[in-house]
Amino acid sequence: MCGDMGSDTIFALASAPGAAGVSVLRVSGPLALQGFQALSKKGDITPRQVVYTVLKDPENDQLIDQAVATYFKAPYSYTGEDVIEYTVHGSPAVVQKMIDVLSDMSGYRMADPGEFTKRAFLNEKLDLTAAEAVHDLIQAETEAQRMLALDQLGGSLETLYHDWAGNLSKLLAHQEAEIEFPDEDMPDGVDDAVIEKIHVLMADMSTHLDDQNRGERMRQGMQIAIIGAPNVGKSSLLNILARREVAIVSDLAGTTRDIVDVSLNLGGYPVVISDTAGIRNDHSDKVEAEGIRRAIQKAEEADLKIILLDATTMQDGDGVSNTMADQDSLVVINKIDQMENFDKDNDRFYVSCETQEGVDTLVGALSNKVKAFFDKGGHQPVLTRARHRAHIQDSYQYLERALSADLPELAAEDLRQALQALGRITGRVDVEQLLDIVFKDFCIGK
Amino acid sequence: MNVKERNFDVIVIGGGHAGCEAAAAAARMGAQTLLLTHKVETIGAMSCNPAIGGLGKGHIVREIDALDGLMGKVIDQAGIQFRMLNASKGPAVRGPRAQADRKLYRDAMQKEIFNTKNLSVYAAGADDIGWNDAGAVSSVIADDGSVFSCKAVIITTGTFLRGIIHRGLTIEEAGRVGEKPSIKLAETLYDLGLPMGRLKTGTPARLDGKTINWSVCSEQPGDEVPQPFSFLTDKVIVPQISCHITYTNEDTHKIINDNLDKAPIYSGQIEGTGPRYCPSIEDKVVRFADKSRHQIFLEPEGLDDDTVYPNGISTSLPVDVQEQMLKTIPGLENAKILEPGYAIEYDYVDPRSLKQTLELKSREGLFLAGQINGTTGYEEAGAQGLVAGVNAALKALGRDDIFTIDRSEGYIGVLIDDLITYGVSEPYRMFTSRAEYRLILRADNADLRLTQKGIDIGCVGQGRKDMFLKKQGQLDQARDLVKNLKMTPNELENLGIKVNNDGVRRSVFDLLRYKDYDFPLLEKIWPDLKNIPLDIKEQIEIDAQYSGYIDRQMADIKAYRREDNLSIPRDMDYTKIGSLSNEVRTKLETIKPETLGAASRIQGMTPAALVSLLRYIKREDNLKKSA
Repeated sequence: MCGDMGSDTIFALASAPGAAGVSVLRVSGPLALQGFQALSKKGDITPRQVVYTVLKDPENDQLIDQAVATYFKAPYSYTGEDVIEYTVHGSPAVVQKMIDVLSDMSGYRMADPGEFTKRAFLNEKLDLTAAEAVHDLIQAETEAQRMLALDQLGGSLETLYHDWAGNLSKLLAHQEAEIEFPDEDMPDGVDDAVIEKIHVLMADMSTHLDDQNRGERMRQGMQIAIIGAPNVGKSSLLNILARREVAIVSDLAGTTRDIVDVSLNLGGYPVVISDTAGIRNDHSDKVEAEGIRRAIQKAEEADLKIILLDATTMQDGDGVSNTMADQDSLVVINKIDQMENFDKDNDRFYVSCETQEGVDTLVGALSNKVKAFFDKGGHQPVLTRARHRAHIQDSYQYLERALSADLPELAAEDLRQALQALGRITGRVDVEQLLDIVFKDFCIGK
Repeated sequence: MNVKERNFDVIVIGGGHAGCEAAAAAARMGAQTLLLTHKVETIGAMSCNPAIGGLGKGHIVREIDALDGLMGKVIDQAGIQFRMLNASKGPAVRGPRAQADRKLYRDAMQKEIFNTKNLSVYAAGADDIGWNDAGAVSSVIADDGSVFSCKAVIITTGTFLRGIIHRGLTIEEAGRVGEKPSIKLAETLYDLGLPMGRLKTGTPARLDGKTINWSVCSEQPGDEVPQPFSFLTDKVIVPQISCHITYTNEDTHKIINDNLDKAPIYSGQIEGTGPRYCPSIEDKVVRFADKSRHQIFLEPEGLDDDTVYPNGISTSLPVDVQEQMLKTIPGLENAKILEPGYAIEYDYVDPRSLKQTLELKSREGLFLAGQINGTTGYEEAGAQGLVAGVNAALKALGRDDIFTIDRSEGYIGVLIDDLITYGVSEPYRMFTSRAEYRLILRADNADLRLTQKGIDIGCVGQGRKDMFLKKQGQLDQARDLVKNLKMTPNELENLGIKVNNDGVRRSVFDLLRYKDYDFPLLEKIWPDLKNIPLDIKEQIEIDAQYSGYIDRQMADIKAYRREDNLSIPRDMDYTKIGSLSNEVRTKLETIKPETLGAASRIQGMTPAALVSLLRYIKREDNLKKSA
């Protein structure tokens, strides 16, 4: 997980990111073959032969994709190590799933930029003079690439990561001050404050890593709930969405007592749309009341709500639809075919599930919402985001280890590693900067 | 001192801490060496505070000692209060420190110097350096007219370049108080056109201990059992005394604030940059206005010397203000000033003009070591002296090899790499946080890291060599033993040691990783362990304590060395690489990095430039190979 050159098995997308016919993932390192066996359940694979295989998540046997794989046995590979190349279908969801599964494998981590080439060079597989690719070797750790990646992040995330790096630098500086200046008249409780701030930083990172479970959502789909009063056409809308060409229905399972979940692939992204019980202001039927309670809960937990109203009645189910309308919702008026004249509100969508009028517009808006959801945090490519995630996860793990270190210099070492992991996103923090903090914050000097 | 020989291999100018180590190291290497100093009596004098060691600095002293240098042995004969700093923290950040008796230190150092084979001392200032037709060093001309021929010169003259002392608004030209700056040698150096910078440092007033009221100060005793610096010293036999601590207060601060207009650092009179880690008391009072008191260590300068060094109140305020200040401080109300505090400004040579060997890139055979390179501290100076001394000897003796220590081998390596790569912006002092491999670069294992290297190059004498090889043998044996003595969880449980019952046999070393198990306990199970000497046990316990972390750092070191081993030819012509920007080319030409790793650490270096550089070197290499 934490980047020992040469011992880790590394992986990365070897083809261009984004939707494509096929995508190639390259894995290199001592555990490459073992990983293949775990994913394919195949015992062995002949080197340099293209092999068809089904890939399954070793955790739960869930199907990832049908793929072909090629094994290059060390030292006869690009890097000089064992290499497996997987060619999978080129959908962002499949690639993301592969990255997630590989990340979870023990001894695996995402490759740094240019790391395959670097390994090839260190294993003397590359003649430097000839290899244009040596460019990557040096660029791997450079500011230029980092800045590029950071620019892709855009405003708020960039600020957030820089704030963390700033806080972490301060933590490390204070920890170092306690170590370096045992004779100085240091204020009391610096070490306690450090521990407290590590907890705060970890909590921040943890919240961020959850990032509305976007990673989870990538695997399971963005949750969309259709809510409204009884008989406004919720089921009809779901059926229409499920039958659209852009929406590929992958299964129609998981029916609960009152909620029907349909998994779709909308514009390349996985979504789960739930049809909920109609909401109305009548609590006489206990069973129905429980259904309504669940419908409301489902809507509250959803990433996006489609609030459906009947154009003829504009009945909004106990006012719930209205109170739930927020930026994560679309208000849709159904049955417009039954109306002659009505005023249209720009914020709302007007459709007829009967005649399909307005459905295209709604699907377009829905697709945009889905895309925006998965792209949140700027237009960074999936891979950049995954890399940032990995660095933050590393940083988090080092912070965790710092808390359990039983000697101050070991805690400092963990903090230094945590800062270095974060520095791979925000830029290196050098000793001089740390010393600046020490001498600014503490009156030191005999 | 009678100098019979007028031809030398190496001449060292200056008898301070850098000069002594340089001269002794060159002599140990077998080079006929001359130490040229204007005053023999001041050889080994401690001109600033009377202490050796501390965090980082203590580590350096152990490294100097591991290479058979002098400082460790000398302070062991002169230390009057030994303390292991951070004793409650882990071994990597424990720093040995000792207060020195100035006189004992100086005497012990002089004894070492006078008794070193191949080393002569001549009392004269150096006026000029002579060059041969190839532009390399060929002689030194002394201020009494003597001319000494040589093949290498090491200049270790401290703060003598355009030295200016500030005391209030009075300005005086000087090296140290009472010593005239060496003007002619300075001119020689300026004529070389080396890049220079200006730094500032300060000292507090020296006080008469007889006039201090010790009863109101808190006592700070040393360690009960002083731990010597040198791996060769068994036991410290110098009598041990205490230091004392007192504090400034609001009254002191008011006096300082009222007189800031007379403080050279605030009046603009001083242009040099002072050290962040060693601010003057006026600086502390201004920058940390909310602090109601500042700590003062009252450090005795000797067993039979009443001079006291009040560490913590360095100042350049006028003498009368210094006197007023003291009157407000508990215990110092009636203290008599023997020598007022002052600030000194001086020029230094930008160390980026040096090679890893501390030879000037632009002048063959001329080495610089110590404060002249922008560092501060006896330890930092001594370390540079040693490295310069060994390399000057190698050069003078016509040997092809060079002696360098890298960042993963020692603090000395960190020091020199920092200096020649980044230069300095304040007097450079060592901190343990400068070392990225801190857990490995410990004071306790300096010999294990460096002595073999010293033996290989030839700067380690027979006595230390024998001792080291014996220790290394014992350690190897003990390491085998603790890894091979094993038991199953069941066997261990029968002996009262509970581990996870996973059927995996645990070795002594595995068990030592747990906090609960130590040698005394494990010796009951495996009596063979009793034969391991104490210092060897300590090494093994540290290995166990840091395991995991050390494995990681070793892996980092492997990667670092691979990238740092691509060397750039010395005569590299950067104009031939078309794709370099002017800015980058100028930087490379000035700094002339010796490895690709060093080039990558230069500020502002772009990846594209590194690639071009690497490609060019490789192409040249291939051309040479095919030619």
